[in-house]
Amino acid sequence: MNASTQNQILTHDDRPAAGGTGTSGAGTQAGRTPFWTAVGLVAGREMKVKMMSKAFVVTTAIMLGLLLLAVLLAPRLGDLFGGGDGDKVAVTAETSQAVGALGDAYDPQTVDSPDAAKEAVRAGDVEAAVIPDDAGPAGIAVIGLDSAPTGLVEALSVSPSVELLDPNAPNPGLQYLIAFGFGIVFFMIAITYGQQIAVSVIEEKQSRVVEILLAAIPAKAMMAGKVIGNSAMALFQVALIAGVLLLGMQVNEAVLPLDGLGAPILWFVLLFAIGFVMIASLYAAAASLVSRQEDIGSTSMPVMMLIMLPYFAVIFFNDNPEALRIMALVPFSAPVATPLRVFLDQGAMWEHLLSLGILIASTALAIWFAAKIYERSILRTGKALKWSEALRAKKD
Amino acid sequence: MISVRDLNKSYGGTHVLHDLSFDIKPGLMTGFVGGNGAGKTTTMRILLGVLSHDSGEILVHGSPITAAYRAGIGYMPEERGLYPKMPVIDQLVYLARLHGSSAKAAKARATDLLERLDLNHRAKDKLEELSLGNQQRAQVAAALVHEPNALVLDEPFSGLDPHAVDTTLQVLRETADTGVPVLFSSHQLDVVERLCDELVILADGRVVANGTRQELIEQHAETEWELIAGTDTGWVRSMSGVDVTSFDGGHVRFRAADAEAANAVLREASARGTVTRFGTVRHSLHEIFTEVTR
Repeated sequence: MNASTQNQILTHDDRPAAGGTGTSGAGTQAGRTPFWTAVGLVAGREMKVKMMSKAFVVTTAIMLGLLLLAVLLAPRLGDLFGGGDGDKVAVTAETSQAVGALGDAYDPQTVDSPDAAKEAVRAGDVEAAVIPDDAGPAGIAVIGLDSAPTGLVEALSVSPSVELLDPNAPNPGLQYLIAFGFGIVFFMIAITYGQQIAVSVIEEKQSRVVEILLAAIPAKAMMAGKVIGNSAMALFQVALIAGVLLLGMQVNEAVLPLDGLGAPILWFVLLFAIGFVMIASLYAAAASLVSRQEDIGSTSMPVMMLIMLPYFAVIFFNDNPEALRIMALVPFSAPVATPLRVFLDQGAMWEHLLSLGILIASTALAIWFAAKIYERSILRTGKALKWSEALRAKKD
Repeated sequence: MISVRDLNKSYGGTHVLHDLSFDIKPGLMTGFVGGNGAGKTTTMRILLGVLSHDSGEILVHGSPITAAYRAGIGYMPEERGLYPKMPVIDQLVYLARLHGSSAKAAKARATDLLERLDLNHRAKDKLEELSLGNQQRAQVAAALVHEPNALVLDEPFSGLDPHAVDTTLQVLRETADTGVPVLFSSHQLDVVERLCDELVILADGRVVANGTRQELIEQHAETEWELIAGTDTGWVRSMSGVDVTSFDGGHVRFRAADAEAANAVLREASARGTVTRFGTVRHSLHEIFTEVTR
């Protein structure tokens, strides 16, 4: 080391990792923890802290409980509100057969005359009445109190038969639901876990423990450990959610409506896992810029925007193939857009692979960029730094 | 031995360290003293490698310090900090493992340290539930838990009551006795005076004094003699080879040309009446510090 060496940068990565000279007596542990061992220890602590946190355990339990309840009860909701015996409908001797043929949904109450039937409706004893009507084309008339009993009218109507020429074409409702479903899962988990990474980075900075940690391991190992630990927890939580959904369906003996969804879901899981690492890194970098939890909003806003804008774009433009093609190439919207395109059978396989490639490349770039920011700002306390300030700063 | 040679560091145009050179000898406790902003914390951060320096070098046994050696240093930063919501024992084990200890060794070492620091009854409590003094002890334990090859401690005694100072000191002394170089900073000069073997005094980013306490006294303050007698001692002024520095009835302090001149004063005093005290004055570190940083 020359005495004139200017601006010596002493992050751990630049130091020679060769065997130590720790021979001054008691120093028994010469050498420095290998990079990936350090990453593993940091990730392990992140996960352990989360698992032991009451807030995490309780909210997860409540969320899973509600989800299970919703899945179990959803098919039965109709029964709850429909009432067990069906709506009471006043009928005369002439119409009782027509209503009786409708099944359990309606409970015919035979009265003596059309007038008595109207009286019963007025009195609220029945929901509606069906009386003979010689003038009408159907030969019967439906009586309601203040609005047409639509369900009953439809039940009594005669419908033409329908033939579907392309029964497997994507249902626009389902298409919207899938765009929305992928979007919401990505959005919620990215934001929630991104924030948690931010909190954990700032906690170390705020409590100053970071200086002790940096004396032992490189900043990059710290950041990598945090990102990996929290990503693992995010995937774990997603797996729990999926497990509960499947369990609920099993109990209900329902079949997962997976028609054509297998491939999109696989694409989603793959792209989500990669995209999440990208967002987690950016959140870690954003958090390293500030010294107090209150300041995180200012630096994490750009990251939040990067997540939100493509998410809304996918929801709004899910029926616009050209917009989807572009969004599949933008790394922040690719995890939602590409699975949707796969589902809609848009684009060739190479386009999807290109989208995956772009996402991987941007994630690598984001990790590199975040590590730079993190190294340069993690020891700076006080006022929140700007992204540009951190980039201009030299590591010291 | 860790040697700092000609270290320079500037922060945004301000030159904070000027050609800093000193040694931290193995087995000794070196006190790092200086006013606020003298450069103690900056120097320590550079030693640990969390801060870069502009020029100069840090040598361990004569060769440039390595990353491996740095990672083995036990460090207590100026800004205290551990995880507030993590049990004390868990943090110690975690830190030891980051430094490369096995899980088992880390656990054993952490338990032993907490016992020696008289903190074992709080081992499973979260840090934030501890009193400030106990948090400080946990911080000392954090610096020691990986069996460091050297210790760099920034103000390790601030905030400790006298009993805790003694406990901590004993642990540090035991560590130094195993041959580990120990550098600690403090602005409590009385504590430093009592504890350290060697002293490095900084002022405005320069080393202004360096050596054992005895050496510093010899370098920076002339020996003074003190006489306390039953009668008025005004006659001392008339003795040859003697220069009175302060006088108050039966109490006089003076500089003497040599020990013989001083002893002549003692003989005269004995002849005149009772002598209750006679000897050289022990200069306090405070006096030396005031002189060298003036």
